[in-house]
This record gives sequence, structure tokens and C-alpha cells, in this order.
Amino acid sequence: MFESLSQRLQGVFGRLRGHGVLRAEDVDQALREVRIALLEADVELGVVKAFVARVRERAVGEDVLASLTPAQTVIKIVHDELVRLLGGETAGLRYGDAPAAVVLVGLQGSGKTTAAGKLAHLMQRQGRHPLLVAADLVRPAAVEQLRLTGERVGVPVLMPVPGETAVAVARRAREEARRLGRDTFIVDTAGRLQIDDALMDEAAAVVGAVSAAEVLLVVDAMTGQESVRVARGFGGRVALTGIVLTKMDGDARGGAALSLREATGLPVKLVGTGERPDALEPFHPDRMASRILGMGDVLTLIERTQAVVDQDAARALQEKAMKDGLDLEDFLGTLRQVRRMGPLDNLLGMLPGMGALKAARNVEVDEKDIGRLEAIVSSMTPEERRRPEILDASRRRRVARGSGTQVQDVNRLLRQFEGMQRMMREVGGLSRRMRRAGAALPPGMPPLPGGLPGAGLNLPGLPGAPPAGAAAEGGGPVRRPHGPKRKKRR
Amino acid sequence: MSETERGRFGLGRLRAALTRTRDALGGRIAEILGGGPVGEERLEALEEVLIAGDVGVAAAMRLVEAVRTARPGGADEARRSLVAAVAQAMGPARPLARADAGPTVWVMVGVNGAGKTTTAGKLAAQAVRDGNRVLLAAADTFRAAAADQLALWAQRSGAGIVRGAPGGDPAAVAFDAARAATARGVDVLIVDTAGRLQTKEPLMAELGKVMRVIGRELPGAPHERLLVLDATVGQNALSQARVFGEAAGVTGVVLAKMDSTARGGAALAVRTDLGLPVRLVGTGEGIDDLGPFDPEDYAEALVGAI
Repeated sequence: MFESLSQRLQGVFGRLRGHGVLRAEDVDQALREVRIALLEADVELGVVKAFVARVRERAVGEDVLASLTPAQTVIKIVHDELVRLLGGETAGLRYGDAPAAVVLVGLQGSGKTTAAGKLAHLMQRQGRHPLLVAADLVRPAAVEQLRLTGERVGVPVLMPVPGETAVAVARRAREEARRLGRDTFIVDTAGRLQIDDALMDEAAAVVGAVSAAEVLLVVDAMTGQESVRVARGFGGRVALTGIVLTKMDGDARGGAALSLREATGLPVKLVGTGERPDALEPFHPDRMASRILGMGDVLTLIERTQAVVDQDAARALQEKAMKDGLDLEDFLGTLRQVRRMGPLDNLLGMLPGMGALKAARNVEVDEKDIGRLEAIVSSMTPEERRRPEILDASRRRRVARGSGTQVQDVNRLLRQFEGMQRMMREVGGLSRRMRRAGAALPPGMPPLPGGLPGAGLNLPGLPGAPPAGAAAEGGGPVRRPHGPKRKKRR
Repeated sequence: MSETERGRFGLGRLRAALTRTRDALGGRIAEILGGGPVGEERLEALEEVLIAGDVGVAAAMRLVEAVRTARPGGADEARRSLVAAVAQAMGPARPLARADAGPTVWVMVGVNGAGKTTTAGKLAAQAVRDGNRVLLAAADTFRAAAADQLALWAQRSGAGIVRGAPGGDPAAVAFDAARAATARGVDVLIVDTAGRLQTKEPLMAELGKVMRVIGRELPGAPHERLLVLDATVGQNALSQARVFGEAAGVTGVVLAKMDSTARGGAALAVRTDLGLPVRLVGTGEGIDDLGPFDPEDYAEALVGAI
């Protein structure tokens, strides 16, 4: 999501590096460009000004400019300040005594109800037993929407009785959670403007009525300059504990993410990345800073891989890959798994030096393609699938005819297959290089990243890989239900 | 919207809502611009006010440059010059297009949470009040209870409703609605669609299909394809307008939630860079909270109080 800002900043840095000797004016010029880039990324004006001022103060110093690599130092300062802007450490949800209450508040349309469902689903995966509470009595059919959402994720929903107020439902929630033996309850509330006094009073009353452990402000990631004003407005009336940023799977510049922590002191705890129930992730500020500066986010890539990979199938695939090599059937299986990890563009964005892998961006896969690919692979003989190199022109024509596609489609498939293999080899090579490099990594990156199945790589927890204990030591994530608190990054 | 519509629904309520916005800004301009000739510092401050309104850096610089070259004699003149520039850039709103014969079709499109369903409901209510036979189509088959939500609006507004099975093909609902519109002698058909991020290609393709299906059934339709933009949206508005424009042939913008502290500055670039005009402004969740876009009101609110 930060591609645009990332590219802009990398451009500024590239020009900085090209200078050799750096004068104060060069730094000023670079900072002017950084200012514009941040503003165009929807970072709030006040935050931008403070940020630039801090960087300038640190950067335009005698020893920085006179140093051997002034540009590199300035870039490091920007990176450090970005990490600071984003909030440094990952903040988890704190529950306290059971039943623990989590209240979601925010503007209309920010994504509270969807987030409530996803949060319930996430809690279940963590081994908790949540209850959803329908306290949005304003939006037509909001209660019904939450009821259906609860059904979908298998979580009970406390429905209001006719004529009840939102505060009354909230008051009943704790008792209902106890009655049902639920250890957490998530309260969905109506969207409201921070300047609507009556509704803000109601929000405060709801929060009070449930003795909330967490009060999360749900913010749309495409929000512009108002993000800070809204957060401060809500924060002034209810004791917010964190922020949920929704719709991060779009191409919004993401300035709200960069502004809110700095301006309100509130951590972004969760991000929504789609409309499916599992599309809710913890927010990692250090990783986000790395992504913005083009340094990749291999950790998230690994986690997504682990969430999707079926251990047994992966084991079988890995054995096969080592014995026979990857064939087109495996390719299809891998494609399906990769697809479940999220849009390919997003995945590529998580790899360091994204620019270098731009060539691989020609690997465009979407849902329709999968059907076509399946048809093409089905039209091949088992021998052809095992050894795609034997597919000459006449075989390709036959396959095209048999699958109702064109020869160009078959050619494209085979090119994509090769591209996918190349990309996996690249990730594999990267992981080996990084393992060797060890100490030279940016903060937040483990020395033992994994890779995609079938590429003969070492994924912690899979056969042929270091045992789980070693992975944890190295800082690599191990497949486990995600707890609310993450281990400290080394 | 006719002149009577404008008078009844528009100005008074709109001004009240926009005044809330202005007051919330605390008259920043007043403290920034004192009396006397307008210096560079003050012009930069004006630029910042625009940026803070989501106008975007490029547009803010362009607008202030125009004021700078006009060499205003004082703070008041500078402000008025800026307001005029913004109003002129936005241009007046023309009424929503109608069919020459047969049902008029208006389709709401936009990203998740923008305010499409609420706007559809408000539009239906106005059309009914103007004496039209109105039909709502619940072509959001994805979101849980979306059709239920629209059905409640149908009830409130006095419009009919056509809905399909949850998870079904939205184009099929659109088709059924178009058929029903003809069969029932409906004057205005308003189609609500599912929220979708413009980065999701298959969903944008689906939207294009909905439009085509309507067009095949009712030649010339849809007569308006309205992109609903949340007033709080930042620079992403441009990306939304561009991609929705290409996929669905957007004819205009509805600026929703203008009762918030946001000033909808992003709509300016959508107008100047893509030529898409704002047609309607939403100012709340109530059935009457929709009025025609007024460039003067918009410009005044954007530049702020003095």
C-alpha cells in the first residue's frame, strides 16, 4: 500500500546519493521533496512539519555532512524517524479479566462491523471464545449484518431487544458473556462524527457500561488530513487504547497510518486487509518502515506462507521437489496457495529491493487465469506435466486445442511457470544470503526466513528445516496460534 | 434536481451543515491573515489551509499561485480571490440526467463504506416526493444484510425494491430490476451496488458488466453513474475516480458525509484533473440530508471562515 510513497522516497534518496559531497542546500532540497511526498501520501500536515523539522535538525549537522557517506546517514535518519513515527514496537490487544470487553468506535463507513467479525474470528484462532454485541442501532439492518457475520464465523451475537438503547445493550453484554461462558465480548457501535456531542456522550456511556479493556478507533486507511482531528476528537471523549486501520488492501497512500501514532500517542494495533474473515493482521511498525523504504517485509511474507501451507502437503511437495523437481501439477498447487496469501503485487512488495524484482511483475495471476491454467494442464499428458521441456510447437498446439485456449495462452503458462520458479529461487537465494549476512539486517528481520513450498527451502517447522526451537531462537516465527503479545524483536 | 428541489432540500440545510465545519476550524484564516498587504508567509499559510482540506499539494500550490499573481490588496481580497478560484474550478452542478422515454436509471458506485446505500435511499425519497414512481435495486449481493438495509430505505421512502439471492450475480439483479421498471411503468430506477476497492480488477469488471446489462435492457441507461466519495477521503479519491471512471463510465460524484469536519477537498482534483463534477452533497444519515452541489458553498467551507 505504501508503493507510491516508497517509490518517491527512494527517488529522493537516489538523488541524494548521487551528490557525493552534501551541502546543507542539498539536504534542504531533499527534505522539501520528502515533505511533498509525505503530504501526497495523506500524512497530516502537522505531523509532516514536525517530522521534517526533526530530520533537518539531525541531518544538517557538521559531522553528518562531513562524514564519508553523508547521503547514507541522512537516509538512515529518515528511516529511524519513520520507524519512530510508526510507533516502534508492535502493540497487542490487552484483555485483562474475563469476560474482557473490546469496543469498536469510529466514523460512519470506517469498517467497524466487518472488523468486529474479523476480530471475533481472530480471537477464536487464538483460542478465545468471543461474543459479538450488536450495539449499532442507527444504521438500517446493521444488527442483521452483525448477526449474519457472527453466523459466518461461528460466534454468538447478542442482539438488542426492540426499543432498547445502545447503552442498555452494552449493560447486558457482560452478564450475557458470563451466561454463555464467553471470555471476551466485542461491541460494535454506530458510526458517529466526533463533533456530534450527543452521540459522543453515548459512546462514552457504552464504553463505561462495559468497563472496556480495549477501545479501538476504527479508521479507514484512505482517510486524508482529517485522520488526526477525528482521532483527537474521539480520544477526547473516550479513553481510546488503539487503532484499527481498515481497507489497507487498496492503493491508498496510507498517510493515516503514519500520522495517528505520532499525533495521538495511540498505537495502530490491527490492520484490515480484505473482506474475508481472516483478513485482519497485527500491525508491525518496524516492518512497515522497512516496506516504505523499499527494504521489504519478509516476516509478513513468511507468516502468510505459514498460515496457508498445509504441513503434510508441503512435506510431500518438498520431498518430491528434491527428488523429481517441480512440475506443472505442483505449479498449479503452489499457485493456488500463493493466491490464498493475497494479491501477488502485495507479496512482491514484501520482498526487499522490490525494484529489482519488477521483472517478475509480469507474472500476473488472477482467479480467471487459474481456471484456464487448470484446463491447459489437464490437456497435457502426464509425461508433459513432469517434463514441460518436451512441449514443442506441435504439442503446444494440441494442448491449446484440447483446452479450448490459444497457443499464446499455453506459451504464457509455461513462461509464468518459469517465472515462478525463478522467483522462488530468488527468494531461496535471498534467504541463504540473509542467513549468511546475519548481523547486517535492518531491524525486525529474522536471520532465518523461509520460502514458498516446492522450492526446496527451509521453512521452520517443516521437514528438512531447522527444528522449531532453533527458529524461535533465531527470531523466525514458528507456526502457533497468534497470541495477543508478540515476542520482542531482536 | 429542479429549482424547487434545490430550494426545498438544498441551501438552508447545506449551509447549516457546512457552518458546523467552518466553526470547527475555529476561524483559522482570521488568525493567519491579519490586515495589511498579503506577504509570502501569509500566502503559504493559505496553501496549508488548502492542503489540510485534502486539496493536495499540487492543486493547493496552483490555486495560491493564481492568487499570488493577482496581487491582492489585503487578506480579505486574497481570501475572496481564492474562494472564487475554487468555485470556478468546481463549476455549477446540473440536475441529474433523465431518460427521454421509459425509466430513468441512476447507479451508485464506490468503495466500501462511502455511503452508496444511504445516498440511494435519500435519492429515492426525493424522487418519490417529486411525484415519481421509484424502484430501488439491491445489486449489492455480497455484503451481509445489504439488501435488508436498502429494503428499509425503500420502506421509508415509498419506493419499490427488487432484490436477488445473497451471493448471486449483481448483473442478474440489475437485469431483473430493469425489466421490472419497464413492466411496472417506473419513472426512476436507482441501483445500489456493492462497495469495492478500485484495485480489485475482477470486481471492477463485474461493475462494467452491470452497466452493460442495464444498457442492453434499457437503451441509453444508466443515465447517471454516480461515484460516491466520502468527504474524509484523501488523495486516493483520484485513483478511485480514475479507475471507476474507466470501468463504469462515471458521470458525476456524490460528496457524502459533508457534515463531518472534512471539507471534501479531494473532489477538487477529481474535477480539475478528470473533469468529473460533483452533482450532489450528502450531509447526514437522515432521509432529507441530500442536496445539489453548490460551488460557492463548497469553496467557502474549504477556504474557511474569516
